Amino acid sequence: MPDTPLHSLELSHFLLTGAVLFVIGMIGFLSRRNLIIIFLCTEMMFQGVVVTLAAFSRFHLNDTGQTFVIFVLTIAAAEAALALGLVVLLFRRRHTLDAQAWSELRG
Amino acid sequence: MIPTFAKLIPWLPALAAVLCGVCCLWRPLRRWAAAICIASIVGAFVISVTISKAVVSRELTHVKVFEWIHASDLKVDFAYLFDPLTILMLFVVTGIGALVAIYAAGYMAGDRGYARFFAGVSLFIFAMTTLVLADNLVLLYLGWEGVGLCSYLLIGYHYDKPTAVAAAKKAFIVNRVGDLSFVIGIFLIFTRYETVSIAPVLEAARGSISTDWRDLLIPFMLMLGAFGKSAQLPLYVWLPDAMEGPTPVSALIHAATMVTAGVYMIARMLPIFELSPYALPTVAVVGTATALFAATIALCQHDIKRIFAYSTISQLGYMFLGVGVLSTVGGVFHLFTHAFFKALLFLTAGSVMHALAGQLDLRKMSGLKAKMPITCGLMFIGCLALAGFPLTAGFYSKDMILTASLEKGINEHAVLFTVLGVVGLVTALLTAFYTFRLWFRIFLGPTEYEMGQEHHGDNDKSHGESVEPGDIHVEHTHVHEPHEVNWLMNGPLVVLAVGALLAGMVCGDWVDAMVSASTANPQATEAVAHNGVHLHGLVMWISGLIAIVGIVAAAYFHWLNRAAADAFAQKYAGAVRVLANKYYVDEFYDRVIVQPLYMLGQVLYQADRMIIDGLVATVGFVPRALGLSIQPAQRGVLQGYGLGMAVGTAVILLVVLVAS
Repeated sequence: MPDTPLHSLELSHFLLTGAVLFVIGMIGFLSRRNLIIIFLCTEMMFQGVVVTLAAFSRFHLNDTGQTFVIFVLTIAAAEAALALGLVVLLFRRRHTLDAQAWSELRG
Repeated sequence: MIPTFAKLIPWLPALAAVLCGVCCLWRPLRRWAAAICIASIVGAFVISVTISKAVVSRELTHVKVFEWIHASDLKVDFAYLFDPLTILMLFVVTGIGALVAIYAAGYMAGDRGYARFFAGVSLFIFAMTTLVLADNLVLLYLGWEGVGLCSYLLIGYHYDKPTAVAAAKKAFIVNRVGDLSFVIGIFLIFTRYETVSIAPVLEAARGSISTDWRDLLIPFMLMLGAFGKSAQLPLYVWLPDAMEGPTPVSALIHAATMVTAGVYMIARMLPIFELSPYALPTVAVVGTATALFAATIALCQHDIKRIFAYSTISQLGYMFLGVGVLSTVGGVFHLFTHAFFKALLFLTAGSVMHALAGQLDLRKMSGLKAKMPITCGLMFIGCLALAGFPLTAGFYSKDMILTASLEKGINEHAVLFTVLGVVGLVTALLTAFYTFRLWFRIFLGPTEYEMGQEHHGDNDKSHGESVEPGDIHVEHTHVHEPHEVNWLMNGPLVVLAVGALLAGMVCGDWVDAMVSASTANPQATEAVAHNGVHLHGLVMWISGLIAIVGIVAAAYFHWLNRAAADAFAQKYAGAVRVLANKYYVDEFYDRVIVQPLYMLGQVLYQADRMIIDGLVATVGFVPRALGLSIQPAQRGVLQGYGLGMAVGTAVILLVVLVAS
């Protein structure tokens, strides 16, 4: 199998890709303070999950995972519109995109 | 037909109370309150008169209004008992009540609580008629508490006056002491007789000779209740203070009707009292002691209404003496005549007060005869009757009681009753003296007076929401002269005066017949009375003479030679001081009962605050402390929450994986 790289693509490679995407997204989410970047990072985490779902779909030779992917993408699109709208509103209130500006829930 | 009418006697005034309450709400209706109240009381009086014939002929004995409490053995109906004693009491309550209400329509005119006052009076008449008509002890107790409530409301009528509020509370609380004992008495009666209806209880008690401990205790329990309501030793202290209420209230509730409820109750429950050999002598001793005690205090008081209050206590003492020596006829007769002349005296005192802008101090008025001739004459009649001047109402009834006491003492060789009779005669002398001291001081002698601080019926009082009495005086520009009151007020007084003069002569036999035909008729007297000596004529002469001596003495000291009275008071300054301070009984009660109770209250309050509240606060603090300990986790940082979520999910996943 080392001589045929493309044919040697296995489930684990896809899962690894998905996991890497997810973790990058999460690290971004946890480390950045810009609301838009944070939001993009969540999108990236979504994509990680989506890759995993598609891979499993192929692996099991059924459509369940892909169906789920379609739903996730649809909802992600809708949520993206909503979330960006919220970010705009939040920006208008504080004139900054820093997430630290919103800390009323501090105990 | 007649039973339907009879039911209405208490309910007409109850309806009037509600209507007057409605009148309170809307100013234009207020002036109708008096008319509504008077109409209802007169209606009740007319019904009482109409049914009296049926009651006396025993056609009407019992009317059930509705079922009230039915719980296993306890059956209490809202039912009325009619017998001649009831009718007599109804005449007094509704008759005097109507006259006083008419007087009050003039007296209270312009007062800003006009409708409230008449609502209170109507409610009082409802409660009092319920008390009088009650077929069972629970209903009687309802009326008993009802009159207490109305008394409280009407004493505290001037609720912006601290002394009136304090007096109202005092009356209510002192009455609680007696009422507690009364209600324990009712409980005992229920355990003993298994019913609270009056007729079966008396039926069972009459003629039985019992050794049951409850039969010995019940009368004392009921008695203490009567002493509280009728202001006898040791619970009399509330009545003088109750004079803070408007004068018509003093006349109706605290002289003519409510305070006689105790006498009525003992007369009504007489067979129960006869079961215990010590009960009625105790009643007689307490009554006589109170009569003498209150009469001596009245000698040195200066407030007109308080003098009459002490004289009411004293006269109630006579009634208890009458009942205590088994002369229920005498006791109830005195109740009947006393209602006339004491209502008359209070209302004329109210007229004097009205004319002098609230002045009540005897030292600040003199020689008002020329200014108010009619009031002067009316009060003279009332004073004659109270002093027991021959042929007036008080003379006959007091005489009947004293005769009964002395005859019982001599015929049964009971020194106690002879002594009580003699003390009663001494009290009669004091009564005549202090009564006429007041009259001579107010109406005769040089004309001098000092106006009081308040103006009854002033219109500016009705507008101001919280006008101080002092302010009214300043604002008041026209010179206020003592003047005769109008005929709306004097009319009822004339009726009362006629009663005070003639009730003794005319009604004696009628009262005798009415009381003898009721449950108040004692069972054991007849045989002895017919064989023993008869002192009636002798006592009549003695007490008539005593009254005249008292009046003449009062005339000398308080009319002809007032300097002599002052010199006399100087000579016995110590005694005068003790009497003027009412034997320091209020101070004594304060020191011995009120202050310790207050201290106990403070201790309990502190215990409540520290122990119970502390416990509650601790319980409340635990969740709060828990919250405080994990509160720092909420940092308000978005990334923090994200990290927590991620780590949490990771941990859960790890646990799940490891577990599987």
